[in-house]
Amino acid sequence: MANDSLITGDLRKLIGVTLDTIVFKVEEGAIQRYAQAIGDPNPLYNDPDFASETKYGRILAPPGFTGWPAKTGRPTEKLFAFLVEAGAPQRILDGGIEFEFNEPIGAADVLTATTKIAKVTERETKLGKTMFTTAEVTFMNQKDRPVLKSWATIIQF
Amino acid sequence: MAKQIYYEDVEVDTEITPLAKVATTRMLVQWAGASGDFNPLHYDEDFAKAMGVGTPIVHGALKRAWLGHLMTDWIGGEGKLKKLSCQYRGMDYPRKMKTMEEPRDGETWWCKGKVTKKYEEGNEHLIECEIWVENGKGEKTTPGSALVALPIRTKK
Repeated sequence: MANDSLITGDLRKLIGVTLDTIVFKVEEGAIQRYAQAIGDPNPLYNDPDFASETKYGRILAPPGFTGWPAKTGRPTEKLFAFLVEAGAPQRILDGGIEFEFNEPIGAADVLTATTKIAKVTERETKLGKTMFTTAEVTFMNQKDRPVLKSWATIIQF
Repeated sequence: MAKQIYYEDVEVDTEITPLAKVATTRMLVQWAGASGDFNPLHYDEDFAKAMGVGTPIVHGALKRAWLGHLMTDWIGGEGKLKKLSCQYRGMDYPRKMKTMEEPRDGETWWCKGKVTKKYEEGNEHLIECEIWVENGKGEKTTPGSALVALPIRTKK
């Protein structure tokens, strides 16, 4: 039993496959509440009057924010459901994330986020047999420009 | 906000201006609402215990957002954050509240970083940084890295 892999055949079939594509609007109030929750008083995130006078013309989202609820590939319920259905362990931790920022994201932008599983690995850790999944999310804006890419690590054990 | 920093101001090992943060139970509730991450691991004592982390822990994504704050404050309005990554290695436990607004005494977290590389590529002036969140014991619970482009003082 000790040699059993956590990565089931069903899970392997998910690698590289687009799991989910969603389209959503980035709301101004959601950006402001997010900036407040970080404790970042930058007027570019908080003050629409200030922001409208800048070259951006609208408040911008702090780096990594893409609208509510956060859609950056972290273990969201939907992604988690895909993994568990394919036989992955039920206990889950957020392992970390990497962002590549191409263009600003701001209030009233309409984003299309496409999620796929880029990589699945496993190894023995202090949690026991542990699986690491990299979820890649690509964000395009309403002008069809690639604005952001993220790679989140999901830990399951 | 701090005054604009330029490419010429920065060398390898230059320290990024540190940023202090105090995680509180109140802040985690606010973060849950603002991010939409309602995992009970971050507010339910019994659930956190059952998950093996003892008591509710600070969201990794909040610490990552702190690192974003660290970098955007440092690079100023003319700098551009190109990449940011971090790993949620160590658990952090929020301070509990003394009053509605005031936390109890306890740990303060510091977001810190230093420059590891500077180079030009295309027409950009790039700076690579090692960044991290450090807990009250000086342990780096959230190590990461960032890539930024800074403006230059003199045009060539």
